[in-house]
Amino acid sequence: MLKVLKAGFYTTVQDAGRFHYRNKGVPVSGVMDEMSVFKVNSLLENEESSAVLEITMTGPTLIFEKETSMALGGAKMSATLNNLPIQNYKVYRIEKGDILSFGRLEKGFRSYLAVKGGFTSKEILGSRSFYKPITKVNRLIDNDNVPFSLVEDFQPKLSEIKVASFLDESVLEVNKAPEFDILTDKQLEEIFSKTFTVAHENNRMAYQLSETITPHTKSMLTSATIPGTVQLTPAGKLIVLMKDGQTTGGYLRAVQLTDKAICILAQKKGGDVVSFKLV
Amino acid sequence: MNSPKINIKPFGVHSVLIEWPNEVSEVILEKILHFERFLNKEVFTNKEWELVPSYNSLLIINRTKQIDFQKLSSDISNWYVQLKESPKPDRYLWRLPVSYDLEFGLDLEEVANHFHKTKEEIIALHTGATYTVFGIGFLPGFMYLGGINKELEMPRKATPRAKVVKGAVGIAGKQAGIYPQESPGGWNIIGNCAVPIFDASKENPCFVSVGDKIEFYKISKAEHDLHRIEAEVGIYKPEKIKIDA
Repeated sequence: MLKVLKAGFYTTVQDAGRFHYRNKGVPVSGVMDEMSVFKVNSLLENEESSAVLEITMTGPTLIFEKETSMALGGAKMSATLNNLPIQNYKVYRIEKGDILSFGRLEKGFRSYLAVKGGFTSKEILGSRSFYKPITKVNRLIDNDNVPFSLVEDFQPKLSEIKVASFLDESVLEVNKAPEFDILTDKQLEEIFSKTFTVAHENNRMAYQLSETITPHTKSMLTSATIPGTVQLTPAGKLIVLMKDGQTTGGYLRAVQLTDKAICILAQKKGGDVVSFKLV
Repeated sequence: MNSPKINIKPFGVHSVLIEWPNEVSEVILEKILHFERFLNKEVFTNKEWELVPSYNSLLIINRTKQIDFQKLSSDISNWYVQLKESPKPDRYLWRLPVSYDLEFGLDLEEVANHFHKTKEEIIALHTGATYTVFGIGFLPGFMYLGGINKELEMPRKATPRAKVVKGAVGIAGKQAGIYPQESPGGWNIIGNCAVPIFDASKENPCFVSVGDKIEFYKISKAEHDLHRIEAEVGIYKPEKIKIDA
């Protein structure tokens, strides 16, 4: 088990996501920043879908109750192992009783903790990803335990990797979404020339952007949405749906973030600035 | 048979949206579900694909791969033109019990006043219709129900509630529905249904599918309390009637 001594701001178990229930209204969930998770899971030679902890803004204090190997990735959060600073994208051998804690948020917004073999908390509807009420809880709290398998003798092929960080990138590449062609030239011009500030209303469901563009009165019938869909409300507000985002919506779907752009945005917090680029 | 026209639109690199004419129509919904069955059975058989129907559209998603939009849209057009009649799958009419007690029907009096009707007349209009499930979304198990009586079309609340309870039965504009879990919401709440529409512990977590029908019937608060206990211990089975295709 991994025991939560202090929960931090918002830590969840996430894997690749929950698929094949979108027609029943179930969001896919799963890790927000797939690129960073791909790297930590690769370092530990895990399956791509192995569950990790997604650690948001202020990290927890955790104690390992058995041996394993671990790696961190994503945001930089001044992590320490038994009070000694550790780096992202490097494999650390863990002994029973080791304590992992996090300090000041240096860069990015979401950090990922992977262990060899992945976390093995209960799968519900094909996924371990937290999403209330599919899972009973929406985040870890003090004294929670997260199970993982004992691994005594893992010898990684690579003990660390150099990662070209995208944490400083702020251009979100997008493709057309279904209502792109009914936006006015002015609205399109605004979307692609303005910069947008991430509002404080940002979470795993959606990121709202503070600046608005020209309002409209167009309406549509409720239709499917996916993570990365940028919705335009009649008031001219842009809302980017993320991994826990609703599966259908009635707002115009203006553009669609690329997979990488979702990762870039997932590492942004309220006050950060982004822009859109059509590819 | 003359098929309604479709329009195929790109939606990022992993998805394609097929749209039918912009109207709420059972004929169109039937066509969408017919085409969805064909695609699920004959084309998108691998687990990488997922389809989401709603009102006048069908989204096709590939989990990981980029879609070749030109090729897939021309294939979709061909498959659609050649679509053959096929036996309809089992469809159900679900009869769901609702308590319209004022403890649950927070807006029932306001709705009655709005239409200059009695509460009983409002309940009769709500229970008198057969609704069609045009989509499931917003929340797990949240049904978008079409078929509301015109005399019950009322705008959503000017200020949404921060908290609507699980099972709340609501109306808004041309739509009716049930909140499957506690959530913020702007619909007018006229009652509560104790049958859990979504249960993550079940292999099929939501017994309703798009295309099914729903009817409501009035029960007393005492019966509602009993259903709630039955639901909590997992023994309540909603009443269903097979619809003849």
